[in-house]
Amino acid sequence: MNPLAHIGSFALQRADRAGYVCDLLVRTAMYLPRVRRRWRFLLDTAYNAGVRTLPVTMVVAAFAGAILAMQTGIELRRFGDTAVLGTITALSMCREMGPFITGVILAATVGSSMAAELGTMTVSDEVAALEVMSVDPVDYLVLPRVVALAIMCPIITVLSDLIGIYGGSVVAEFNLGVSPTLYWVSAKEALTSSGMLLPKEVYVGLLKSLIFGVAIATVSCAAGLRAAGGALGVGLAVQAAVRNSVILIIVLGFIITWFFYFLAG
Amino acid sequence: MIELRDVHKRLGARQILAGMTLSVPKGMNFVLMGPSGSGKSVTLKHVIGILKPDSGSVQVDGQEVPAMDRSQLMTLRKRMGYLFQNGALINWLTVFANVALPLEEHARLPKGELDDRVHQVLRLVGLDHAAAQFPPSISGGMKLRAGLARALVTNPEYVLYDEPNAGLDPIISRQIHELIARVRDELNVTGLIVTHSKACATECGDRIGILDNGKLGVEGSVDEMLRSDHPLARAFLRGGVD
Repeated sequence: MNPLAHIGSFALQRADRAGYVCDLLVRTAMYLPRVRRRWRFLLDTAYNAGVRTLPVTMVVAAFAGAILAMQTGIELRRFGDTAVLGTITALSMCREMGPFITGVILAATVGSSMAAELGTMTVSDEVAALEVMSVDPVDYLVLPRVVALAIMCPIITVLSDLIGIYGGSVVAEFNLGVSPTLYWVSAKEALTSSGMLLPKEVYVGLLKSLIFGVAIATVSCAAGLRAAGGALGVGLAVQAAVRNSVILIIVLGFIITWFFYFLAG
Repeated sequence: MIELRDVHKRLGARQILAGMTLSVPKGMNFVLMGPSGSGKSVTLKHVIGILKPDSGSVQVDGQEVPAMDRSQLMTLRKRMGYLFQNGALINWLTVFANVALPLEEHARLPKGELDDRVHQVLRLVGLDHAAAQFPPSISGGMKLRAGLARALVTNPEYVLYDEPNAGLDPIISRQIHELIARVRDELNVTGLIVTHSKACATECGDRIGILDNGKLGVEGSVDEMLRSDHPLARAFLRGGVD
């Protein structure tokens, strides 16, 4: 095949997939007023997302907070300024690390399982069966999943922020000799010193995690609904769901940080 | 009445339907046979509006299906049932919940009335005892019967059957054939049945059409087709393809 035609066809394919995800997101948003009809399934999905991801997220967050405190503390100690270690760890966890860790773990566990479930349903005609019963799969299958992750991602993020800050405090005390009181006072001040209800770092982090939750669920459902070709197609859908979710988490994370800290000031 | 006139459909590089013309009068079971990949299931998907033809006309009761918008399609589909090859039941719902699904989504019936209606169709297909079971724990034949119950629960005027006996043993197959014939006789439901099976065609069909190169190669009543010397009729109905 002509290389130009190959590039063109690749670009068209990507644009088609991106267009499908955007269309799915808009259609899901249009069904939002009906979300109460799906509350049982929504709660199931939210519960599963929490139970499945919480232990892993907590372990990863604890170590991420510890590494963050260790790396920052080594440099701060050279300048004799370890008193701000709590502030730096708390702000970094809330602004960036907490949402990022939670998003990646949700993509790998819950997103992959959503793509596999919907992919299996698609290749075994269950999605087509819903359509011929005049039940829109977006309303029945996608809406509760997207809303569940939009709710759970910020909740898990708050917990991973707290555990990460705690992980940092252990390193601060035992490896860097920072007193726990000093660490926690500086962390608390950083998270309460704003004139607003929450400091900017916290609400930017929570907004990020909400957007990550919506993005992971939408991308994963889209991959599942477009699965074709039996078990192999389901496998490819899962692969696409995790890969695209992680890429989106990184790109959206950058855009949101840039928007709130550089564009909006 | 279901009517297809000169329908053409290409999927990828393959011309699946090429001038398909078919007519299914009300109250009749029309059996569509043909080799694998000849366009039988594609024909069903045109009738229910999942696929649109490249050219030609697909009508149900005089209404052009490809021209319908989403809400018109939903209205049409509420008058139709569709039985998929494997039943296509939702795995995390019980048999009862699967059958109740179309009513819960559209009918807004009081709980008691809904329960009665679901048990009524489950009894019709002989599956009332398995109402609380989940699809992975029931046999292929039971899944098909549950799928048929779900297709019938809204009192459809038409049911489209896609390979209703695929992968079933002869005894269970015969039960399914009898059920399809009962649905026509007792509920006056019009059926379009896609199958490879001679037994299915002769036991529950009124007319048989055999696809060849994207259109009906031969068509007639069951008796006519059994007596026919047409090579397709001989291959499918006398050649032991069952």
